[in-house]
Amino acid sequence: MRFGTRDLAVRYAGSGAAALDGVSMEVPDGCLYAVLGPNGSGKSTLLKALLGVVPVQAGHAAVDGRDAREWTRRELARAVGVVPQGEVISFPLTVHELVGMGRYPYLGPLGGESEVDRSAVARALELCDVADLASRDVTTLSGGELQRVRIARALAQEPRALILDEPTTSLDIRHEMAILELLRTSADSGMTVMVVTHGLDMAARFADRMLLLSRGRVAAEGAPEGVLRAEVLEEVYRWPIAVATDPSTGMPRVTPLRSGGERRS
Amino acid sequence: MSRRAALALGLLLVLVVAVVLGVRFGPVHLTIGQALRALLGEGTSTDRTIVLELRLPRALLGALVGGGLALAGATFQALLRNPLAEPYILGISGGASVGAVLVLSLGLATAGSWVLPLAAFAGAILAIALVFRVATATGRGMDVRVLLLAGVVVAAFFSACIAFILSISEARTVQSAVLWIMGSLSGASWRSVVLTAAYTLPAAALLMGLARPLNLMAIGEETAQYLGANVERVKRFSLVIAALITASGVAVVGVIGFVGLVVPHTIRLLVGSDHRVLLPLSFLAGAAFLTLADLVARMALAPTEIPIGVITAFVGVPFFLVLLRRSLSS
Repeated sequence: MRFGTRDLAVRYAGSGAAALDGVSMEVPDGCLYAVLGPNGSGKSTLLKALLGVVPVQAGHAAVDGRDAREWTRRELARAVGVVPQGEVISFPLTVHELVGMGRYPYLGPLGGESEVDRSAVARALELCDVADLASRDVTTLSGGELQRVRIARALAQEPRALILDEPTTSLDIRHEMAILELLRTSADSGMTVMVVTHGLDMAARFADRMLLLSRGRVAAEGAPEGVLRAEVLEEVYRWPIAVATDPSTGMPRVTPLRSGGERRS
Repeated sequence: MSRRAALALGLLLVLVVAVVLGVRFGPVHLTIGQALRALLGEGTSTDRTIVLELRLPRALLGALVGGGLALAGATFQALLRNPLAEPYILGISGGASVGAVLVLSLGLATAGSWVLPLAAFAGAILAIALVFRVATATGRGMDVRVLLLAGVVVAAFFSACIAFILSISEARTVQSAVLWIMGSLSGASWRSVVLTAAYTLPAAALLMGLARPLNLMAIGEETAQYLGANVERVKRFSLVIAALITASGVAVVGVIGFVGLVVPHTIRLLVGSDHRVLLPLSFLAGAAFLTLADLVARMALAPTEIPIGVITAFVGVPFFLVLLRRSLSS
């Protein structure tokens, strides 16, 4: 499953600047692709354009070479599992019910769940290590548990690609690593994974390729070593930044510097 | 038997008992045997008239309207993702009341028993049209936040209209208007039962058919889209159906509060938020609840009838609070 844009421009009604302005990018099949950039740089908008839920002003956003808006919602839901940001669940619902919703694009209007549906849900629960939470009410879960449950719902769709918007924000080390390992495993098994994140170091270690956005434009694109360069990052984030090679991982490590020098005052 | 099936069976039983009790009790004393015989078309002709022409339609109307309001409430709560949503949230009760109060104050209600319900229904439809018009004005699909705000604003405007009309009306008109607004099943007839059923039952079936997309909508429109739901279509379709169920209920029995708010929440606390279970059980529970509430409204201070809305609030609110406390502490 491939994603791509060409000269993509998106402008939200009522806001001055374009959210995306001439973005061209390409996510190859089976790639773990990180989308980086400061707040408001257009990361989420890019995902939404590829998923056909924001109006495209100019250019193209395509899924497997076909314009995103030509897919029906049902077709797209069978092909791409999405974990969006900020989902507020205000009614009681069990983990099993929430993950079961991932089967919606496969069900007829009245037909019940088949054995295939049940085993897809069971597999997704196992993969995300939340099978023992199945009967819990989702409103009682911790942040890390809820995030894994939402990824399980996306996997229950049996998609060929995953799109995740900041899946590890506000998670502790253990939960963050578990989710990133899961995404890496998924990509290694042939799934295309696109993930928006603020974690530059983690992206460097897990992603095959990355895209750095700045004010709706592409600032850099390519392998982590090429994108995470101090002079590029300083300009994009407008902050002094040092980049070194981390001896324990061999990958770039990004360190934002203190504004008045490094001494503790 | 699963907990859900047991609850469904229990509610059905309560509904049947409620209808039988509604038929048994009234100003004329009947024994349970007399009531059941009359229901089967036997017994004296007086008993049959009382049971079949007066009490049975009233009990059935209560069941239909109560079920419809609970179903509409559950639907609005899912679509607006707001636990405080209820059937009248779009200003439907205000519109219906303006229609009714206008007819009463102009003295037109005496022209026929159909005038008042028709005016109320027209008022309700006007409110729905206004609110939907506002909510779609942006041209980017229907925004439920705007819908909520529009409902509140339209309702406030209609209350001002009601206050104005009542302030220039005679005292007698004011009293009948207030009684109408508080709701009553006393106008029940076979004609109103058939009309309401012809409206409510197919609409209820359609809504229950949308249970699965409603499940997705309840966790968010964006997520629902990513899971394959046609959000805009589901939203418009189910909002219109739920609004029409409410309008038809308000038109025949006035504004009966709390059924559409408390019943869906109670069922949700008992069986969770899967609308495939929640919608049918809410319908059954709303039907049983309103039929019983009408019984209490008629009998508690007989021969004076208490407005049914008072009973639904008096019974529904404490019951709900107890249930809420229990579910939070467990």
